Amino acid sequence: MNTWVYIDHFKGNALPASWEAVGVGKTLGNVTALVFGSGIEALAKAAFEYGADEVLLADEAALADYRAEAYATTLSKLSAERTPDLLLFPTTTRGRELAGMVAIDLRTGVMVDVTSLEATGDKITVTRPIYAGKLLTKETCSSRPQIITLRGRAFPKPAQQAGKSGTLTKVDAATGDFPTKVEGYNTSEGGVSLTDASVIVSGGRGVSNNPALTPPAGLDEKQAEIWRAQQGFALVKDLASVLGAAVGASRATVDAGYVPYIHQVGQTGKVVSPDVYIACGISGAIQHLAGMRTSKVIVAINKDPEAPIFKLARYGVVGDLFQIIPALTAAFKKKTGK
Amino acid sequence: MKIVVCIKQVPDSTAKVVVEQGKVSWGDAPLIMNPWDEYAVEAALQQKEALGGSVTAVTIGDESTKETLKRALAMGADGAILICDPALVNMDTQATAQVLAAAIQKTGGVDMAFFGRQAIDGDAGLVPVQTARLLGWPALTLASVIKIEGSNVRVERGVEEGRQIVTAKLPAVFSLTKDFGEPRYPSFMGIRKASRAEIPTWSLAKLGIAAPASVIAWPEIMNPPSREVTCEFITGSSPEEIAETLANKILAEKVL
Repeated sequence: MNTWVYIDHFKGNALPASWEAVGVGKTLGNVTALVFGSGIEALAKAAFEYGADEVLLADEAALADYRAEAYATTLSKLSAERTPDLLLFPTTTRGRELAGMVAIDLRTGVMVDVTSLEATGDKITVTRPIYAGKLLTKETCSSRPQIITLRGRAFPKPAQQAGKSGTLTKVDAATGDFPTKVEGYNTSEGGVSLTDASVIVSGGRGVSNNPALTPPAGLDEKQAEIWRAQQGFALVKDLASVLGAAVGASRATVDAGYVPYIHQVGQTGKVVSPDVYIACGISGAIQHLAGMRTSKVIVAINKDPEAPIFKLARYGVVGDLFQIIPALTAAFKKKTGK
Repeated sequence: MKIVVCIKQVPDSTAKVVVEQGKVSWGDAPLIMNPWDEYAVEAALQQKEALGGSVTAVTIGDESTKETLKRALAMGADGAILICDPALVNMDTQATAQVLAAAIQKTGGVDMAFFGRQAIDGDAGLVPVQTARLLGWPALTLASVIKIEGSNVRVERGVEEGRQIVTAKLPAVFSLTKDFGEPRYPSFMGIRKASRAEIPTWSLAKLGIAAPASVIAWPEIMNPPSREVTCEFITGSSPEEIAETLANKILAEKVL
């Protein structure tokens, strides 16, 4: 099968799910990687090293910033000319929206956020979670090309083979008047991205209201509540930092204004699948469990032994998390030498 | 400003959703407005309040989905349209987008179309961009801040690396994230107004389009494999001892 893989990147740094997609493409046949941007030859080289046989490189100042319309038009034009059988995208913000737009241009469908797939001849049957993972569905597409976005961390990342090369083909960006302009970025909310993280430490209501703390004088009730929550989340962040982990949060803490939405795990937040998920003071509402149930090893720390989170957990601690979390941070600090 | 907000009715997010005899069941859980669409309605109402104009809520479904349109009316939308046709079943995202794009065009003179970022049932998150593509409008998705000046729009949108700030021209499609701000509750007056509202129904014939063909099929829907885990509770005489044991157990999993 002639498979194209869109390499999603930010300023030349590929998102890991792009390489996972190259790995999936290689299991189906030849892979052509699509590398769009400006000053990104190094990324084309990396695409070969992760397994691409060919790279279509559109390296132009006009593509310096990702703009959905300009990128989608370029991709659709190339696809119409060269007729690949299958287009793979990582399920990232950009990958998802490009897949959707290109599908409209090419009059085909998208199988989105796929976690496994099998090919019979040129027909691919995928499996993907719906209802935030409460259910799974199989999907097929009757039109061509087939377009699939692959969930990050659902497929193995191929090994990088230093020095491996392939056929580099330079292509032009589509010309046209694309009125969307990128003014800049605010990356201060960044940090370790939840969907890429191999370890996540999450906090819930339980870490937000330590009764033993006395807020500084002069705070009103709401401010005191937020101050308490911030003290609790500081413990979660300390543990995350020792583990190189991303910080997650339950919906309750986000809705209460303790933590920005970017951290929310669950049905109306991010669906995550890390190697280790440490849930601190999270009881395990069904919407939260839907968002993290495929994590490999789940650890729950909670004062309530009946909390539903323990039904998914490999390890559990029933106790005072204001004592357990700092002790765990100290223990990992000692053991990992950080 | 002529504003359209596209919404969907879904099972409540707290519902226990299972497959029974090959069909999706959510028991007696209520059907609600897709939680992400509430932010879209809020954003639409805020733009109307700032700039004047009207907000029309649109959904595709059967008679029962009028309840969700009524919620949008109760929140403050000025009008609602139900797109209802026996041919509109088992639609994939591009077919849905074709219907919504046709409805936006038929409405005429629309400056802004708002969507939630995705629906919590299908989780595709494609309909906003696909509708924008069909209309030939900019897709300003995952917006948390929207500023309009004349026909110029400036949006902060969530991407993996933080926020991207983009500008574009109206008309445009927007999808909203939770960062936009809490959606309002329906007012008492709004609920009364919504209960009396006559909601027009548009068929495909009225929209002037043939039933769009879906190309995605769902041959099987399954319950996920159950997680066979037994929780091993770690105990000890002190937090330090518990932490020590737990850290060793996690490290022994060799996943760190």
